[in-house]
Amino acid sequence: MTQITRDDVLHLAQLSSLELSDSEITGLQADLGNILNYINKLSELDTKDVEPTYQVTGLQNVWRDDTVINYGVTREELLARAPESVDFQVKVPKVL
Amino acid sequence: MTTISDIQKKIKSSSARAVVENALRLARDNEDYHALLNLTEERALKRADEVDEGKITGKLAGVPFVVKDNFLAFGAPTTAASKMLEKFDAPLQATAVEKLEAEGAICIGKANLDAFAHGGSTENSAFGPTKNAFDKTRVAGGSSGGSAAITALDVVPFALGSDTGGSIREPASFNGVVGVKPTYGMISRYGVVAMASSTDVIGTFTTNIADAEMILQIISGRDDRDMTTLPDFFEIQSDVKPGLRIGLVNDFMTKDVDPEVLARVNEYVEKLRASGHTVEAVDLPMAEYSLAIYYIIVPAELSSNLARYDGIRYGHRAEGVMTLAELYGRTRDEGFVTENKRRIMIGSYVLSSGFFDAYYLQAQKARTLLINEFNELFKKYDMLIGPVAPTSAFKLGENTADPIKMYMCDIMTVATSLAGLPAISVPAGNSESGLPIGVQLMGPYRSDASLLALARSMENK
Repeated sequence: MTQITRDDVLHLAQLSSLELSDSEITGLQADLGNILNYINKLSELDTKDVEPTYQVTGLQNVWRDDTVINYGVTREELLARAPESVDFQVKVPKVL
Repeated sequence: MTTISDIQKKIKSSSARAVVENALRLARDNEDYHALLNLTEERALKRADEVDEGKITGKLAGVPFVVKDNFLAFGAPTTAASKMLEKFDAPLQATAVEKLEAEGAICIGKANLDAFAHGGSTENSAFGPTKNAFDKTRVAGGSSGGSAAITALDVVPFALGSDTGGSIREPASFNGVVGVKPTYGMISRYGVVAMASSTDVIGTFTTNIADAEMILQIISGRDDRDMTTLPDFFEIQSDVKPGLRIGLVNDFMTKDVDPEVLARVNEYVEKLRASGHTVEAVDLPMAEYSLAIYYIIVPAELSSNLARYDGIRYGHRAEGVMTLAELYGRTRDEGFVTENKRRIMIGSYVLSSGFFDAYYLQAQKARTLLINEFNELFKKYDMLIGPVAPTSAFKLGENTADPIKMYMCDIMTVATSLAGLPAISVPAGNSESGLPIGVQLMGPYRSDASLLALARSMENK
């Protein structure tokens, strides 16, 4: 059994850049424990000398011509999606 | 149900404008199913007029369709059914959407989904669930529930969805339409919100197989903007090869599966035999582990893909924060639904130091064992068959309290996703209470065309 403590949840939330509410922490503590217990099933498998599969296409070193692809998007259009921007830069709140 | 050629006849006898106006009206009439999040009305009508004026031509000139709202498309925000992207206007369109538009097709709206495609019922949408086209008290399935329901409701003749572990096939089964999850790499994913990059594919919802083949022909192919796409290989196969050898996957035909689902699959098997194919029961022992493999690899990949939603460059940003950690933390808390957070945190767990070998690496090795079993089966069999999901559409709210119970809906679809294999959900009749049930046909890597040819040959049998 994998036991997930409240501190574990807070640590994972920190690793995941999530600020959780108290009520959510309690629920997630139970859920994460249950999910981990389920996926622990894999520890039964003997995988000695088995190579991992990270991708299934078998494609390697996919090349294309070293030319700029026109994505049809301008700097102005992309910056317009930022919550705030000024002088062609994304503006963020003062954090120091 | 309406086919693409039915629509094309209507366009000929009336106009693209009339057909698109009718689709928009039907979409409004069916609003209570909540299959669509936004209509792209203005752009759709403008394009319809351009079809009528002869300015837009192509194989699908004037034919209305819908895309799952994790496809970047013009005319309405691309929300991924999340607060994070609620107001996000796409600066460009997905390759699949561009290719359909190049053939004159007209997107009329963006379909509901589980937020960021995390779920199997569309109940994780930040904007409320989609209801089943056959019973409003039941789920549409997910995560592409909106695309499935809108096709089943005959609002549009086809819709696009994405499938990471069953997100096209399960809702197709629940709504009685054809759902195709193609070979991994067959269709460009450029411009589609990423979930798990090693299993994400995009595919189709249609009312019949020939329409699926037509759409796949248009949207498939190598794309320089998605370097995981394979060289072009999909070519519609006019006739099915006679006397196919088909394996019925024992491991999916268990006592945990609804007897009515088993009955529909067995009937389909009998029809295959009556059509001259051989069907034999086969074992896929690794199927038992596929859901556990999936719920390690997919959270790992999506926790990384969703790291980009940080409140800095686009999407939601929390207000009134004092530090950078607070900016990230609160933005992500407000922008994600609980299921997103669950999966991100599982991903962080299995990738964290000390656990990486036991979970992530072990899962990737187990994935190899699963793929090896498929390869062995395909030495003897041309295709495999089984159910799509253990049940027909369940009640709204029935599985929401227990994430594992919800994950179990994917138990028969994740194996082919992990192996990158093509798999389709084909309507196979109804339950006694009138709910649709699909069967799943699965084939070797790049066998999409022969899989569809078989399914087409079995239609109306």
